[in-house]
Amino acid sequence: MSTLHTINKSPYTHKALSSCLKVCIDNDGILLLEDGVFGIIPSAPGAEELQILISRGIKVFALINDVKARGLEEKSAPDIIFIDYNAFVQLTLDHRCVQSWY
Amino acid sequence: MSKKILLVSRHAPYGNSTAREAIDMALATSVYDQDISILFMDDGIFQLLRNQHSQLIDQKNIASILTALSLYGIENIYVHQESLDDRTIKINELILDGLQSLNNKDVGNLLSQQDQLLSF
Amino acid sequence: MIFSLAVYAAPYSSQASYSAYQFAVALLNQGHNLHRVFFYQDGVHNSTNLAAPPQDEFNLQRAWQHLANSHNLDLVVCIAAALRRGILDDGEAKRYNKPSHNLAEGFSISGLGQLVEAAAVSDRLISFGH
Repeated sequence: MSTLHTINKSPYTHKALSSCLKVCIDNDGILLLEDGVFGIIPSAPGAEELQILISRGIKVFALINDVKARGLEEKSAPDIIFIDYNAFVQLTLDHRCVQSWY
Repeated sequence: MSKKILLVSRHAPYGNSTAREAIDMALATSVYDQDISILFMDDGIFQLLRNQHSQLIDQKNIASILTALSLYGIENIYVHQESLDDRTIKINELILDGLQSLNNKDVGNLLSQQDQLLSF
Repeated sequence: MIFSLAVYAAPYSSQASYSAYQFAVALLNQGHNLHRVFFYQDGVHNSTNLAAPPQDEFNLQRAWQHLANSHNLDLVVCIAAALRRGILDDGEAKRYNKPSHNLAEGFSISGLGQLVEAAAVSDRLISFGH
């Protein structure tokens, strides 16, 4: 079974995202929310690793209201999937457990 | 109903209450007969250092509490090897014997084998 | 499916408890069961009845109360974390000789065993922290 990872800290100031990226395995999912959505910026720390994981089939999501609140909607790297809370609920059911990184 | 629960402890002791409150949760979980393991990762590994004199900052000693884990029946205690390496700490410098060292992939696999994760 | 949430962050100071609230709303709207919301660490501050945010700002304490009331939710506050941070119900205030109590209606104070129980019976337990 797989793990859903949630990250709510900016990768520019915290190691939460980089720690998460080290231990992600195939079929895991990643959700960026709150200040974690700064991780969608193409030049953010961890952005390259995120793209590598995406190319391996790991899906990376971002909570759309947190993205829009921070003015980031036009600034996203490719292939990051914007979702709402309804989809967040479903994501937690698609994976076995949720590991929250903060 | 007993679930396989892993508590992930990633914060250093003393600077904030997270580490202490995570340990309290681990002890409560074992008192209620659940199958609980603990993973120390990132700054969480600092909870395992020897020679902590926390009384100097008026706090209870986390290391002393951790040495009681086996008395509570908590036997599977994991450390993330890269977190130790990044901090130039060797596993044999830590206060507990029988710690299981995990690489990145092992940690990922361990997370995926649980029924519940407690994220601290 | 049966969900429980663990909330470790105070309202206003961080967004985490708001995210937990929105997650709770969404899962209830989808017809899932929210077995318990357990407030631990700074999360206990979600249960104070003394918060008075400006009228034009989101009142998360009141939002939790309304949600609990309309869905008969079990909002539990960890006693050890609450006492340390000055959140007391009537009984604890008397026990510790405090001038007043401040646990908001709709919340109850209990032990960590309630979080363990939530982990044991829920299909999914999600933590919201800072």
